[in-house]
Amino acid sequence: MGAGPGRRLKAASFLVIPFLLLTACPLVAQAPAASQAQQIADLQQKVTAAQSNADNGWMLMCSALVLMMTGPGLALFYGGLVRKKNVLSTMLQSFSMMGVVSVLWAIIAFSLAFAPGSHFIGGLQHAFLHNVGAAPDADYAGTIPLQTFMIYQLMFAIITPALITGAFAERIKFSAMMVFLSAWSLIVYAPMAHMVWGKNGLLNAALGGRFPCLDFAGGTVVHVTSGVSALVCAIYLGKRVGYPKEPMPPHSVVLSVIGACMLWVGWFGFNAGSALSAGSLATSAFVATHFGAAAAAVAWSATEWVLHGKPSALGAISGAVAGLVAITPAAGFVSPISAILIGLIAGVFCYFMVAKVKAKLGYDDSLDAFGVHGAGGTLGAILTGVFASKAINPILKDAQGNALNLGVVDGNWSQLGYQLVGVVIAWVLAAIGTIILLKVIDLTIGLRVSSDDEVDGLDLTQHGEEGYYWEASAR
Amino acid sequence: MTKLEAVIQPSKLDAVKDALLEIGIDGMTVIEVRGHGRQKGHTEFYRGREYSVDLLPKVKLEIVMQDEMVDAAVDAIVKAAQTGKIGDGKIFKSKIDDVIRIRNEERGPNAI
Repeated sequence: MGAGPGRRLKAASFLVIPFLLLTACPLVAQAPAASQAQQIADLQQKVTAAQSNADNGWMLMCSALVLMMTGPGLALFYGGLVRKKNVLSTMLQSFSMMGVVSVLWAIIAFSLAFAPGSHFIGGLQHAFLHNVGAAPDADYAGTIPLQTFMIYQLMFAIITPALITGAFAERIKFSAMMVFLSAWSLIVYAPMAHMVWGKNGLLNAALGGRFPCLDFAGGTVVHVTSGVSALVCAIYLGKRVGYPKEPMPPHSVVLSVIGACMLWVGWFGFNAGSALSAGSLATSAFVATHFGAAAAAVAWSATEWVLHGKPSALGAISGAVAGLVAITPAAGFVSPISAILIGLIAGVFCYFMVAKVKAKLGYDDSLDAFGVHGAGGTLGAILTGVFASKAINPILKDAQGNALNLGVVDGNWSQLGYQLVGVVIAWVLAAIGTIILLKVIDLTIGLRVSSDDEVDGLDLTQHGEEGYYWEASAR
Repeated sequence: MTKLEAVIQPSKLDAVKDALLEIGIDGMTVIEVRGHGRQKGHTEFYRGREYSVDLLPKVKLEIVMQDEMVDAAVDAIVKAAQTGKIGDGKIFKSKIDDVIRIRNEERGPNAI
């Protein structure tokens, strides 16, 4: 996000010059100068259209990839981690975001996030997708229809609340969850997206923010907000019945492995797509994403191997996801080797957050939404301030157009401060918004299912179905 | 008639089946079960949390036979399933009152 256009003019001139030589020369003799100018104008239009089509094709592809991260990616990843009796409810919690957030997005949320407005939230100019059509918005992405930008951003708005569901899995009422996450996407997600990516947003590095926080693909907007809200949910709702005395191991790490692999693949759409064009910046983000995930999978596995004697499948995939989270704000700003360093740090750090810190503090974040997304997102946002380099992405320029230093590796320590501002705002907004919403829902419809229902499982009590139906039980 | 219930290591199922077939026993019911005797369980780690699993996967065979087959059958099972380590399992022997074939209501030894 917030990335400038690529360097496609050079490539375009390769196409234009030979074409001009072939077609224009014979015409010089006969045709008047006006039609020559007309031909050049036509060609320029065609070149622009070709570039626009290429970028648009890539962005539609990326939109589909990011949707795949929620369903089936996250649904499988989380679904495998719960007990058998809650597999469907957990998968549905993610899937239902694909429905309800999409509708809200069209009605108002896209406008609140991306229409011109204050430093903190957008206006209502794009409510009901008013004026969201084929024409690009040059402030966001000059080569793709605003409608493409809108649908791409929607996929982020879907997965972000879905990530939170890992914290209250196996015990929340379905109705309470729907109300909570719908409201959450309006009062936490939309303002945060506006502040970081929206025009005139407080933290927008590219579009005149007061605190230029570098967040390429949503480290603060997606992972810090969802992770911190997850922590608040886990603490507010309390532990699952029987936790931590009763064993609650994942019912199928197989499903989780499949889901994690889909997350990894989908994440290319998430991060590389955030270049908002199909140029070399997308490649840079793609490469950084991959190396970040790979390094973190290695780091988590190695840590586990040393401390427990065995590297586990769940450890390896958790590490990969932690790496993907941490590289999200940095992708598009960092070199491949910096991405590996970020991944290695994230793998070890998130392992300790999940395996040690959670147990010490005693909260029941069922599927480690905070340990992976909150902790990894915070770490990634800060490390972006360390490793971001103008050699990778000259996004900030002075009045003369010279690229300004980005992170500590460029010698710019003040960026770390801006990153911290972004992180603190995300933490505060997510925590306060979540507490208010939980309190209101708690007092009205109630948050948790009864403990009897919890013991029977949410699949049966909330949805009247089972993930693994035993045929012999039918009458 | 006698029923043998043999709880064995899952990995020994094929060997036991073959050994029983060799002495002419070709009918049995096999159930996946979990349990433990003197064998202690193992521990599993999920994201740093340790779970001790004390009910271990075993396979249980239920075979009903004429009394004169019992010694040979016990012998065959023991030979095929034995590794000498804790956890090899057990065989339970009990008398059976009657056997009824559902298809034609045949009774007694002929129904086995």
